[in-house]
Amino acid sequence: MDIFIQQLINGLVLGSIYALVALGYTMVYGILELINFAHGEVTMIGAMVALAVIGALLGAHPELPGMMVLLAGVLVAVPACMALGFVIERVAYRPLRKAPRLAPLITAIGVSIVLQNAAMLIWGRGYVSFPAILPRGRHDLLGATVSDLQIAIVALSILTMFGLVFLVNHTRLGRAMRATAQSREVAELMGVNVNTVISATFIIGSALAAIAGVMVSAYYGLAHYYMGFLLGLKAFSAAVLGGIGNITGAVLGGLLLGVIEALGAGYIGDLTGGFLGSNYQDVFAFMVLILVLVFRPSGLLGERVASRA
Amino acid sequence: MRIGHLSALTLSIFGLLAGCGQDKTTSDGVEIIRIGSVAPLTGAQSHIGKDNDNGARLAIDEINAKGLTLAGKPVKLELVSEDDAADPKTATNVAQKLVDQGVKAVIGHLNSGTTIPASKIYHDAGIPQISPSATATAYTNQGYNTAYRVMANDAQQGKALGQFAVANMGVKKVAIIDDRTAYGQGLADEFEKAAAAAGATVVAREYTSDKSTDFTAILTSIKGKAADLVFFGGMDPQGGPMARQMKRLGLTAKLLGGDGLQNINFIKLAGADAEGVVASSPGLPLDAMPGGVEFKQRFEAKYGPIQVYAPYAYDAVEILVAAMRRADSAEPAKVLAALPKTDHAGVTGPLRFDAKGDTAGGAVTLYQVKNGAWSVLETVK
Repeated sequence: MDIFIQQLINGLVLGSIYALVALGYTMVYGILELINFAHGEVTMIGAMVALAVIGALLGAHPELPGMMVLLAGVLVAVPACMALGFVIERVAYRPLRKAPRLAPLITAIGVSIVLQNAAMLIWGRGYVSFPAILPRGRHDLLGATVSDLQIAIVALSILTMFGLVFLVNHTRLGRAMRATAQSREVAELMGVNVNTVISATFIIGSALAAIAGVMVSAYYGLAHYYMGFLLGLKAFSAAVLGGIGNITGAVLGGLLLGVIEALGAGYIGDLTGGFLGSNYQDVFAFMVLILVLVFRPSGLLGERVASRA
Repeated sequence: MRIGHLSALTLSIFGLLAGCGQDKTTSDGVEIIRIGSVAPLTGAQSHIGKDNDNGARLAIDEINAKGLTLAGKPVKLELVSEDDAADPKTATNVAQKLVDQGVKAVIGHLNSGTTIPASKIYHDAGIPQISPSATATAYTNQGYNTAYRVMANDAQQGKALGQFAVANMGVKKVAIIDDRTAYGQGLADEFEKAAAAAGATVVAREYTSDKSTDFTAILTSIKGKAADLVFFGGMDPQGGPMARQMKRLGLTAKLLGGDGLQNINFIKLAGADAEGVVASSPGLPLDAMPGGVEFKQRFEAKYGPIQVYAPYAYDAVEILVAAMRRADSAEPAKVLAALPKTDHAGVTGPLRFDAKGDTAGGAVTLYQVKNGAWSVLETVK
């Protein structure tokens, strides 16, 4: 039983990171009906920038408290990714807004490759390790072990998601986003500056990606230039699972996918008598993606047009 | 007129193609002997790959500086470095490329998974191959007269690890994870045999890949099986995060690994959680190698800290050139005839080959991380 709870906790932590990244996919899809395949790479850039800042700060002032250094890293990584998100939309998607839908999809993949290679040139080809600045406390929960870091990741994710939901539902910008999602033309006629709204969507999504990137690198203790690829694909699967374009769906899809992965990888070996092992962990996300596309293409929560944004 | 141009162009292209694979000479008429060096120079293992490449390069530079004469004529060695990205498919492409360029021998590859498929290409071309670091037994079990290695193989290493775990660490229940590469799986298999023979119970046998960083699911299920040792057959980019995640999940089991973990990068990636981890490395510790201390100075003055296999790559080149000297030729067939008679006092220790191309009686040393550095536990012969 305690092992089951442990796997569940592992899954929830992983799932809340997927959810944060999935929100970025779903917001952009809600407004532009575009799958921003460069989003995973924005996550990677966030992690890399934060690690670079943390490394530089620790190098110059090793006496600084760890949390302060981490905060500094996040405070640089988030604006950096926001700027990156803005530039990606401006350069790769806006000129193609009236083009067939395949064109921006291809530029998205192009941007993703450019970012991966840029990161490889800047930060090298090896793994960058996350310095030991985080609290290492552990707690017992029903026989399972929960670390301070895991609690922090889940808490911060939930906080960020509530922030986003508030922004979309109760602010002027949020209303503009919802209007644009429903009909770009009509929103424009009503005086909404659609370009600003789309830029804002990319900027917000990228900020979430930066936070998720720092979390992933802190959780696994490392970052590397191709870490965004698989993370992006899984978050995309999570967004589709929840119903792409739907914010609550992205969160639900992310958490579910994390738990499915953790439980699947944890028990597949015992269930199949060792025939299939936990090395099939990455397969679950894509199995879920295929099943959803076959049986419920609109995702768990459907694509409720009115609330997508 | 256009056709005339075209055919002239075609002719010159053919001329260029024909030029490939021919022996090259420098401007002053010294013959150049090309030697291939293959290791992953990109990707997660690039730090170890570059280390191998630098080890070979140091040997080549030193031999060139002293001057080499074969069949009465001065010759110059040239190292042709190629990147196999630790990928078996790339490895065969790169191997074919080296063969086409007319290299006389190859130092490499680094991984067992790349060395084995590439060895067929070198064998078909009749070119000697000396791997500094491939340890899978399958490499020299193919019956190729071209395949050699300068490091103890997985059977020797896995056996030492299995016996050490039971006899010295007092382990009873072991969980085994490998990264599904020829090296990781081979080493884990050998460890499993030796540990079971020494009286330990294998409670879990799990797999991951050489690209994963998330092992929480595997480790949690191992935690449920109350193993008191986790053996990992794989490299440091996986071993580092694994050590961290074991501590985070509150596993009390110790982590044990092979030479893939026994390097500086593992400690960097695992941070404080590296403390207490035990790993083995074929051969003697660098400081105990006959030429270790001196080699370290020469190497680090040029390329910075040694990762792990550089001395073996260096010795591989030395052995190859010694065979060329005995054959008084760089012709692969003659060098191959001379290689079995190798009896070389290398940096890493005395080196002789058995009939298969393995090192005769290689030593294995066990290390433990203490205060953020690898310290020697003992050497098993």
